[in-house]
Amino acid sequence: MIQLKVNGVAQSFGGEPEMPLLWYLRDILGMTGSKFGCGIGLCGACTVHVNGQATRSCVTTMRDAAGKEVTTIEGLEKNGLHPVQKAWMQINVPQCGYCQVGQMMQAAALLNAKKQPTDAEIDAAMSGNICRCGTYQRIRAAIKAAAGEMA
Amino acid sequence: MSTIENVSRRRFLTGGVIATGALVLGVRFYSKLSSGDRLPHDTNADRAKLHPSVYLGIDPDGTVWIVASRSEMGTTSRTTLPLVVADELDADWKRVKIEQAIGDKRYGDQNTDGSHSIRSYYDAMRIAGASARFMLIQAAAKQWGVPATECETDLHVVIHRSTGHKATYGELANAAAKLPVPRTEQLKFKPKTAWRYVGKGEVSYDLEALVTGKAIYGMDARLDGMLYASVERPPVLGGQVKSYDDKEALKVAGVHQTVPIDPFKQAPGFQPLGGIAVIAENTWAAFQGRKKLNISWENGANESYNSADYKNELRETSHKPCKVVRSVGDVEAAFAKGERTLEADYYVPLLAHAAMEPLVALAEFKDGKVTAWAPTQNPQAAQEIIGKELGISPNDVICHVTLLGGGFGRKSKPDYVAEAAVLSKKMGRPVKVVWTREDDIKFDYYNAVASMYMKAALGGDGKPTAWLQRSVFPPIPSIFDVNAVYGDPGHLQQGWTDIPYNLPNLRVENGPAKAHVRIGWLRSVANIYHAFAVQCFTDELAHAAGRDPVDYLLDLIGSPRTIDFDGVQYPNYGASLETYPWETGRLRHVTEMVAEKSGWGKRKHGRGTGIGIAAHRSFLTYVATVVEVEVNDQGEVRIPRVDMALDAGLVVNPEATRAQFEGAAVFGTSVARSGEITATKGVIDQSNFQDYPVARINEVPAQTNVYMVDSDAPPAGVGEPGVPPFIAAFCNAIFAATGKRVRDLPITKLGLS
Repeated sequence: MIQLKVNGVAQSFGGEPEMPLLWYLRDILGMTGSKFGCGIGLCGACTVHVNGQATRSCVTTMRDAAGKEVTTIEGLEKNGLHPVQKAWMQINVPQCGYCQVGQMMQAAALLNAKKQPTDAEIDAAMSGNICRCGTYQRIRAAIKAAAGEMA
Repeated sequence: MSTIENVSRRRFLTGGVIATGALVLGVRFYSKLSSGDRLPHDTNADRAKLHPSVYLGIDPDGTVWIVASRSEMGTTSRTTLPLVVADELDADWKRVKIEQAIGDKRYGDQNTDGSHSIRSYYDAMRIAGASARFMLIQAAAKQWGVPATECETDLHVVIHRSTGHKATYGELANAAAKLPVPRTEQLKFKPKTAWRYVGKGEVSYDLEALVTGKAIYGMDARLDGMLYASVERPPVLGGQVKSYDDKEALKVAGVHQTVPIDPFKQAPGFQPLGGIAVIAENTWAAFQGRKKLNISWENGANESYNSADYKNELRETSHKPCKVVRSVGDVEAAFAKGERTLEADYYVPLLAHAAMEPLVALAEFKDGKVTAWAPTQNPQAAQEIIGKELGISPNDVICHVTLLGGGFGRKSKPDYVAEAAVLSKKMGRPVKVVWTREDDIKFDYYNAVASMYMKAALGGDGKPTAWLQRSVFPPIPSIFDVNAVYGDPGHLQQGWTDIPYNLPNLRVENGPAKAHVRIGWLRSVANIYHAFAVQCFTDELAHAAGRDPVDYLLDLIGSPRTIDFDGVQYPNYGASLETYPWETGRLRHVTEMVAEKSGWGKRKHGRGTGIGIAAHRSFLTYVATVVEVEVNDQGEVRIPRVDMALDAGLVVNPEATRAQFEGAAVFGTSVARSGEITATKGVIDQSNFQDYPVARINEVPAQTNVYMVDSDAPPAGVGEPGVPPFIAAFCNAIFAATGKRVRDLPITKLGLS
């Protein structure tokens, strides 16, 4: 049995240890906020936090997630909306929205590490997250807005 | 028919601007169900007390239900069309609840493509809102014993000022429901000065759901007892399974069984491609089982297809006389005069859609009927193909439309929805088919590979005295007819037959090309390659003539006039030329506007930097774009700034429109920088984002400015028109910065590094 915490709740998993965390979250726990985009860690749609670090859940096996604390969009903020989510709404970032959960999880991790990231730091942190609708300009603006609110 | 009747009598309207020049209301009517038929799936709008239209219902508690009949893939049409209803109703947006329609012909065409949701449904939305407002006013006037003409509405209430009477929409719903639905001629529409939402816009109705992960996409659909499927499809189009061994696949934990899917019968259309499906308890198990399949394929005739050879074939065809699709004057006679001529070949490869949500669909076959949940742009086409595949009536297929994680045209083609239905029938349980990213890229309906040959003769003043252009590309109709090799008018119109220049001698031609992969619509479609060739060749001529590219472009567009398409098959994107004439003055205007806003000719450009311009009309919208690039010594290209000016007629939701154009610059960046699908022996070479890269945050324009012409002309498209001129302007900017001319896309072939 693999033990882990998902959004603060203890969970145990007796299935295939090679199953990626993404499919455990989506198919087994029914938490569908984290998205499937590429399956090989190239697009960032599946980004969650594992022990506070932005992590591609599509290439993180359950074996690797054992004993860890996993945070998904469903648990990003216990009360209301996280500053990143508020900023995403304020700047009206999403178009189709499919990649945005991964974008916000990545951005939240960035802002945890860097209070006021520069454009270059934003690009470096966010370049693993693809948005095919092309909302990047707004993502950059929203990260700055969130940084302002968290300051 | 010219009346709207109550929906319970099964009559309904669909949109259609049938005006001349300005916005006038027009409605088409048709009936679908005979009286007494039950709707397959009533909406809350259908069930609401006051229900003057299939799109609208009002409950006695004041809730306004508005039906979104178009698919939401990020363009915000699911919000913007209901805004039009709410405005004409004078409704409080906070009291509006939007519900998504299933596929149903009573809503008219639901294929959410071609950038026409607002254009085609603007009138229908206004009529729905105005009809309800009319009935509410009538009910209030009757109640108060005052003339209806003295009553007015204000946010969700009817008022009679002189007596001080006031009643809410909810209070009036019951009484209003007893009144006949007015005829369109009885309706009074709000003047522009009274618009609450139109022209001002609103953020997406789903915004909070989108940022909290609660939004439900096709990938998120679940049913109790459902199984998951992953399908190994024939690697070559038209191929089939010779034999297969699933012993190892069945050993994978969670795998239930394998199921063969029949190959399609020519032509492919929207049929499943065939192959072997692995059915499992969860997505991962299905993927793992599939990897263990051992399949021997019969590849068929398309095994001969190699992209490099095919490119040469297209080019050779384009160097010989082809089918003439538009001709002015005498090009050959003009070329024979011995003036200076320029020739150029342009090339755009196959392109994949690569929406962030890979294809996926859930279907349940039960008691001879199918219920499907899918991120589809085209639920009625899903009903049709499921009906055909399963031998049932399309009316026995309910297709629910989830949110779409991007579409870009791919999700107009419901082959993946049909797969789910076929498998559910075989399994006797609900089945969700999940495509991997690799499936999504290898089994696309690609934007056509195209070769364009351009030739012009320049007169003493540097302007063209003759212009010849030939395009050769496998046409989209080839998915329905394997013998289709010529471009159809619907795609030749896209930036080719409608070249807007005032030229004394012009010939537009199109050559034959046989398709070896499925060809389909992708954001902007044929405009991508046509605008690339025309707008880059224009820039070449400007430089050859020693002229400023903006001045030269304006010279070629000429003085404002309406293009005469006499003798040319020009469908005008399905709109009438009376309502939406091709006005060169509007293209001029956006060109001048973007030149001014971008500081064209005023900003300094140092070594390795440059700007380019392009102007193009598509989907009835006029766009001009200026792109600035920086190319460093390593050949890396940065895009510091993009300026886009557009005239899309009336813009209902400016904020959403701005977002569409910002996104178009990014989509265009992907096409120009790295968009290329190739095939070897009929098998697609690319598989995922490592070999089909799309633009990332560090590669896209640092700043995109969007300027909209304030216009009362009828609304036109905004989802697609930003892409084509961006690509050409970007390539022209690279020339300005480096002296290297981009004639083959993507730019990786240019050898900048």
